Amino acid sequence: MPTGFFTDTTLCIGCKACEVACKQWNQLPSDGYNFTGMSYDNTVQLDASTWRHVAFVERPAPVSEQPVNSFSWLMLSDVCKHCNRAGCLENCPTGAIIRTEFDSVFVQPDICNGCGYCVVGCPFGVIDRNPTDGLAWKCTLCYDRQKAHMEPACAKACPTDSIQFGEIADLRTKAAARIEQLHGQGVSAAYLYGADEASQPGTEGLNAFFLLVDRPETYNLPPNPVAPAKRAGPSWASMAVTSLGLLAAAFGAVASVRGGRR
Amino acid sequence: MAECHPVGFQWVMEAKRRGAKIIHVDPRFTRTSAVADLHVPIRAGSDIAFLGGIVRHILETGRYFHDYVVTFTNAPAIITDEFRDTEDLDGLFSGWDSDKNQYDPKSWAYEGVEPGQSGTTHEQSTGEPLSERAQMQHKHRDETLQHPRCVFQILKRHYSRYTPEMVEETCGVPQDLFLQVAETLIQNSGRERTSAFCYAVGWTQHSVGAQYIRTATIIQQLLGNMGRPGGGILALRGHASIQGSTDIPTLYNLLPGYLAMPKAKKDVNFAKYLENNHAKGGWWTEFPKYIVSLLKAWYGEHATRENDWCYDYLPLLTGDHSHMTTYAAMADGLVKGYFIVGENPVVGSMNGGFQRAAMRKLEWLVVRDFQLIETAEFWKSSPENERGEVSSEDVQTEVFFFPAAAHTEKDGTFTNTQRLLQWHHQAVEPPGDCRSDLDFVYDLGQRLKALYLSSNDPKDLAIQNLTWDAKTSDDVLREINGWTVADRAPVEGYTKLKDDGSTACGCWIYSGCYKDGVNQTARRKPASEQDWVAAEWAWSWPMNRRILYNRASADAEGRPWSDRKRYVWWDDAHHKWTGFDVPDIIADRPPSYRPAEDANGLDTIGGTDAFMMNADGKSWIFAPKGLQDGPLPTHYEPQESVMRNPIYGQQCDPSRMEWRRRENPYHKAWADPAYPYLITTYRLTEHHTAGGMSRWLQWLAELQPEMFCEVSPEIAAEKGLHNGGWATISTARAVIEARVLVTERIKPLRIRGRLLHQIGLPYHWGSKGLVRGDSANELIAFVGDPNVSIQESKAFTANIEPGRRGRGRGPIAGTQEGESGQWRDQPPARFKKPGKHGVVTARNISGEET
Repeated sequence: MPTGFFTDTTLCIGCKACEVACKQWNQLPSDGYNFTGMSYDNTVQLDASTWRHVAFVERPAPVSEQPVNSFSWLMLSDVCKHCNRAGCLENCPTGAIIRTEFDSVFVQPDICNGCGYCVVGCPFGVIDRNPTDGLAWKCTLCYDRQKAHMEPACAKACPTDSIQFGEIADLRTKAAARIEQLHGQGVSAAYLYGADEASQPGTEGLNAFFLLVDRPETYNLPPNPVAPAKRAGPSWASMAVTSLGLLAAAFGAVASVRGGRR
Repeated sequence: MAECHPVGFQWVMEAKRRGAKIIHVDPRFTRTSAVADLHVPIRAGSDIAFLGGIVRHILETGRYFHDYVVTFTNAPAIITDEFRDTEDLDGLFSGWDSDKNQYDPKSWAYEGVEPGQSGTTHEQSTGEPLSERAQMQHKHRDETLQHPRCVFQILKRHYSRYTPEMVEETCGVPQDLFLQVAETLIQNSGRERTSAFCYAVGWTQHSVGAQYIRTATIIQQLLGNMGRPGGGILALRGHASIQGSTDIPTLYNLLPGYLAMPKAKKDVNFAKYLENNHAKGGWWTEFPKYIVSLLKAWYGEHATRENDWCYDYLPLLTGDHSHMTTYAAMADGLVKGYFIVGENPVVGSMNGGFQRAAMRKLEWLVVRDFQLIETAEFWKSSPENERGEVSSEDVQTEVFFFPAAAHTEKDGTFTNTQRLLQWHHQAVEPPGDCRSDLDFVYDLGQRLKALYLSSNDPKDLAIQNLTWDAKTSDDVLREINGWTVADRAPVEGYTKLKDDGSTACGCWIYSGCYKDGVNQTARRKPASEQDWVAAEWAWSWPMNRRILYNRASADAEGRPWSDRKRYVWWDDAHHKWTGFDVPDIIADRPPSYRPAEDANGLDTIGGTDAFMMNADGKSWIFAPKGLQDGPLPTHYEPQESVMRNPIYGQQCDPSRMEWRRRENPYHKAWADPAYPYLITTYRLTEHHTAGGMSRWLQWLAELQPEMFCEVSPEIAAEKGLHNGGWATISTARAVIEARVLVTERIKPLRIRGRLLHQIGLPYHWGSKGLVRGDSANELIAFVGDPNVSIQESKAFTANIEPGRRGRGRGPIAGTQEGESGQWRDQPPARFKKPGKHGVVTARNISGEET
């Protein structure tokens, strides 16, 4: 049964309980103690040791429901998207990255050889190699917890249900209802990011999708992510066209030289 | 609330999802503001003016909940003709005694009522209902609310100058924004709707903190938002069980269940103690049952009627023993040894330099904590040590550190803001030598008993005769619940307690938590299996009642104010109160019941006396006694302010507690040129208060790894501060450094055309732990609210400069000239003399109470 996350950023209060719960359950080390000066974000990005990351966006514009304030502070708990077309999985030459029975994308650490092809294959910049063991790491969608019929640690810890875990079909229904509710409350900017293939053909939809109130770039998300292999067909085609063209040019050149000799 | 209580905030988000409007009033734009419908930036320290403005707006527009106000509040009560308001005396109430620096509240009384005994100093009345126990049935009432001396008219006059213009001038809140808040509150109150206030230490940590909350209670009374579902005032406490440690107090002036601590000069024997605390009307007529049962719990078979239930074993209060007073006494060499359990005062409270200087005078210090916190290592890792002013070899204090077990490593309860006792089970064994506080205290008690076993000194009977057999948390909860002495059967609640020695009870308000021999606090019936009040989830005091004063959810005749908001009501057919919750009124007392003149005991409680802990059964808009700084909340500036009080000549709360001494210098009362900026301090979600629970954990430490200050782009430009750079912040007490976070979330306010800058300082860091930094609280002065002696850390003045502070010897507390008399409160009659706060010091050895 495909399961995943629906992360509703309008409910996020930036408490970072998801980050901490994730690190504790997965026993991940800290990223070091660095004050960044970037709002309240000191862990900066998803990487080999941070599998949930809360982004803080200070924005000189109100959320549509807060017309009185000229300012807003957007928060988003970012995570691996577990794409339906997963660039990392498709790039993995060893078969270490697999699609599980929950439809999530999982890196088997005992098979990963640390080649790093997956890192360049992710259109979101999620998967990362740990410099100490050289292996690729990212969110497992708590594969171990799911096997034991428990929800992922981040969703369990989220106090406001900004992170909702469940079957994808249910989550999509809930998300659609939430959008309708928010539009009714005047938050006209609310929309879903990556909820299905139609809205995000490059990934064919995300198993961890989001509700946003600003352009994806505002949250450091790509506006039109595409799994690299998706580009393979057109690439081959254009390569074929180019090759033919070059061939034709070569023939032409030879012909003209020969003609010149005449 | 989202910042400091993210788990509780889920219910705010739930309410928002159901259509509730969330308003957030805070100097900063925080994580709460981010999801609120409206954020209102306010000048730190000006909330009474803001809330007082709302009171005035409600009264001026006539949209108070008339029937509720007349039925349940003391608005109709007529006050003595000696009373003078701050309107008459430019910021003072009648009864100010400039020799004693305190009020005599006699003139604040109800007309025709002998004021009786009243606490005139902090330690005599703080936090206890003593002042509410005298007979106060106000016979002189005007239910038309027109009498010029009735509370309603006094209230109108008192707040008449708190206009939207004045709010703007005082708080920096534009008038239209202010009116939007007031209107939203009014529109969401009344028969069909209710509004709630949530506050935390942003309201309490001021020299007028208690009055901040009083102003909110006045709004809630006028709008009819008390005792009704969705209403109320919620104190979001600083720790998971601070409510519990007020109920079963860690406070020096209370016994469990808000029974008064005996006072040395007044409560000389049990008869006198009963006389001073036993009320003639209202629920406190039951007082003897609670104190006798408590003494029976403590002294078992040794407590008999003949020996006054061992009352004489109790220590008697000789003065104020609150935190700041005790530390000041410690600095004077009057405190020999000290226990600090689960607290990190040199980081978490005020003027750390002074506190460490005081601790260096101790002979011994016991610290129980998870980590070797700054307080435990004050002798070797302090700013004074770093600067080379103090050498650890010179500190003679012997420090005993005991590692403590965390809440996951022991059984017990947390009591939350809703008075809900929730049991938590031990999940893992504590590591190494870590032990629970209960283990420690039990063992300590046994050792003391062994030590005094063969003593013949009568004073040691207090230890010899003490029952000390509660070894587990379960034993403790059973004793708290109480039992009948004969068979140790749990009592079902405090209504079963007796004053004849046949019952024992450790805390009367918690009685019933072990009803039927079942740990009621451990109940976890899911919401889906019970109604929306969820009475079978854990247990709330008193009597598992979820909303206090819920009698007020029905009108004078006992009918719900509206169908939508019905909660408890009078069932005439069965002649009893019924509803979703346990009714907060005597179960079979009809709404029409009025006590006779000669009524006694519980018969004095009328059918509309929803607030029966007050002797008159009414909620108090006007507090005729019990407060040190006036019967009505009044806007006073913080001890150190950026401006003159715009409303009154009286600058600060006249009764505030000051410590005028070299180690605790004050700035000028307003506009001190050396300290021109307004500071507020606060917590972040990522850390827990003074950091003992978070700075040693890598997963939390990495989230907020350094001390920082939050400043607006405007002040950054003005002072040359760079985002990610360093700033040095100074007061007359200390100089600290912090990384700079420039953010639009801190907006300068515009007051009288001038920009007012506020600087935000989180206070979590110290010299120990995985992540370190200077402590914001080094900057804060010893200044206290006169009612509860809390420090003023949420609004004070300081200077900020770019760059890091010096590392060597430099200006430290007490060496700077910070204040000058003529700048302080004017005129001289209101000059506040240095208080001794009841402590018998070397210089005050005659022992007179101050």
